[in-house]
Amino acid sequence: MEKRVIFKGWALPLALLLPQLVITGVFFFWPAGQAVYQSFLREDAFGLSRQFVGLENFADVLTDPTWLDALWRSGFFSASVAFLALSVALFLAVQADKHIRGAATYKTLLIWPYAVAPAIAAVLWLFMFHPNIGLFGRMLNAAGIPWNYKLNGDQAMLLVILASAWKQVSYNFIFFLAGLQSIPKSVLEAAAIDGARPARRFWTVVFPLLSPTAFFLLVVNLVYAFFDTFGVIHALTQGGPGKATETLIYRVYTDGVMNLNLGSSAAQSVILMVLVIALTMVQFRYIERKVHY
Amino acid sequence: MLRRTLGRAALAAAAAPLAAPALAQGGPVELQFWHGLAQPLGGILEGIANQFNESQRRFRIVSTFRGSYPETMVAAIAAFRAGTAPHIVQMFEVGTGTMMAAGRAIKPVHELLAETGVSINFDDYLPAVRGYYSLADGRMMAMPFNSSTAIVFYNKDMFRRAGLNPDQAPATWAELRAAATRLRAAGIEVPVTTAWPTWTQVEQFNAIHNTPLATLDNGFGGLGAELRVNNPVQVRHINTLMEMGREGSFRWGGRDGAGDAIFASGQAAVIFASSGARARFVREVPGGIANLGVAMLPYYDDVPGAPFNSIIGGAAFWAMNRGPNAARSAEENRGIAEFYAFIAQPRIVAAWHTETGFLPVTRTAFEQVRATGFYDQNPGADIPIRQLLRGGGQMTGNTRGIRLGGFVEIRTIMQEEMERALQGQQTAQQAMDNSVTRGNVVLRNFERANRA
Repeated sequence: MEKRVIFKGWALPLALLLPQLVITGVFFFWPAGQAVYQSFLREDAFGLSRQFVGLENFADVLTDPTWLDALWRSGFFSASVAFLALSVALFLAVQADKHIRGAATYKTLLIWPYAVAPAIAAVLWLFMFHPNIGLFGRMLNAAGIPWNYKLNGDQAMLLVILASAWKQVSYNFIFFLAGLQSIPKSVLEAAAIDGARPARRFWTVVFPLLSPTAFFLLVVNLVYAFFDTFGVIHALTQGGPGKATETLIYRVYTDGVMNLNLGSSAAQSVILMVLVIALTMVQFRYIERKVHY
Repeated sequence: MLRRTLGRAALAAAAAPLAAPALAQGGPVELQFWHGLAQPLGGILEGIANQFNESQRRFRIVSTFRGSYPETMVAAIAAFRAGTAPHIVQMFEVGTGTMMAAGRAIKPVHELLAETGVSINFDDYLPAVRGYYSLADGRMMAMPFNSSTAIVFYNKDMFRRAGLNPDQAPATWAELRAAATRLRAAGIEVPVTTAWPTWTQVEQFNAIHNTPLATLDNGFGGLGAELRVNNPVQVRHINTLMEMGREGSFRWGGRDGAGDAIFASGQAAVIFASSGARARFVREVPGGIANLGVAMLPYYDDVPGAPFNSIIGGAAFWAMNRGPNAARSAEENRGIAEFYAFIAQPRIVAAWHTETGFLPVTRTAFEQVRATGFYDQNPGADIPIRQLLRGGGQMTGNTRGIRLGGFVEIRTIMQEEMERALQGQQTAQQAMDNSVTRGNVVLRNFERANRA
């Protein structure tokens, strides 16, 4: 029997909703509307003259080969970051879930990096891997491995992926650990009695029961890799060398903020917005149904 | 009745902040000044602003460091759009094209002086500096201050270790390359590197070889200019850098000013950098000033007429209006003009020059410094100014400077293409051809947005 609570008028529910609506309106819809409006305009940097150009900004962006490259690069970058962050976190969570001495200490230490801001995380990695001043960078060069991510695009990509994934491992770790702890021990014991070895127990019992957590984390990680890695890229490589680490979000920044090409930047933001809406809809509509809660 | 009183009170309250500056007779008028110089230069600059504040009581300059030059430029433009622009912003030379075309966003120096009756003798300024910041008819648009030029710094100790003469720097690229090979053989990790790669290896490079960076006199002739950085001399030079990179005698130091750190930490033997980096190198390079060699930019001696004069870089001060629909009061303009007149004094120019390594922007200041014997005690301190006058001081369309809109973006493009070339992903010719194609798109967009 469903229990329904119905308000007696409009005033109270509206008043209760108002703060949320105002925040959503001011901080989400208004700027998003501005972006859509800007994307149809072409302006000088100071905003003194503007011209309505219709869909020209979009056409320019979508036919720009460097933008299309950035699109593929972002896909590769996000997939790599999500895969790396999820797999490492799962491995660590499974290990930390065992009965080992000092497990609580390990757990705490593993959670720490999440408190580090992306830009600071990037600076830490910079000090480790800078070819001239970084500890590991110098060690690599001394060992005869030509390490210079300022000039080698593949190394630069590797570094931003590592730094971004490292940052996200702790977050994933907490969720995986919670997920593991909520798996009833009796199920595992039953499997053990049936003769399933640890690896088999993990893949047939633990992993399926973790899939809701894993799915949630997959979405969060992809969104993180797409939108929140700006700080890491900005501090480490600024999108370079060449355009080797320029993702879509970084490009929005370069074109809009550094190059003051607001029309193109706004058009790119709108495209990103559409991409994300589509991605989320597809994921929740089709993939989520197959995940076993 | 009550409502009317309330209404009046609200009006008064709303008007109060607007009226406040005019009413505050007692305090000085505050002038916001944004600059883009990190320490130690930023501190020296703010010291000059403080001297101005102490010299009179009517105006007070409030200095704020806004990050690197590009960041300062972006911040000032964003502030203008929001109606909170600073009174004065320090803008690097690359932003000159953008500022010149900024219409009512800026307050040109010649207008400021005419309106306030303050006078500054611009005839005393070096022609290279004056030409860079004035209109074709000679009217000044910005107030020159920390002008620099690109020069070579080298580590004398490392030259000795490689068996090279520490008192004679390589004058041509052939000599520099030979020296770099010996430095490499002597185990120097980074024989040659560069800060501001496009400024030193493309922009200055084309000036001293009298080859065009862009058509229409590098953009001085109008907004229709097109890039010409794929000229044969430039392509040959990028190729030299690529070969040196493969031999391990040239190391890419990163974009913009990032290369400075490699030389300051004592890892690089030779760096192309701004003359304004002198203050930092004297403080940081192991061995200090005795170990610091200074030389003019090397050139290819088979290019006819080379070397010509180098061009200026660094920054100038631009007065800005508060926002798209908000002009400054006469009092504020007066304060800006007086500050300009203050920093134009020979003693200020001379002190800034000797402390930092930036150019003495006026002739009087230069003579004044020379009379003190500063150049005899500090060999090499006059290299930047001598290099600016190299080639007889007859400037051509290629050596006057650069005035291209969106040049910050074009620099990024050139840096990207150079990085891809140095990684071995493309040839020198392809890198420069791509720079031209992509850069011209930026120029055409700028032309279109500013046609007015």
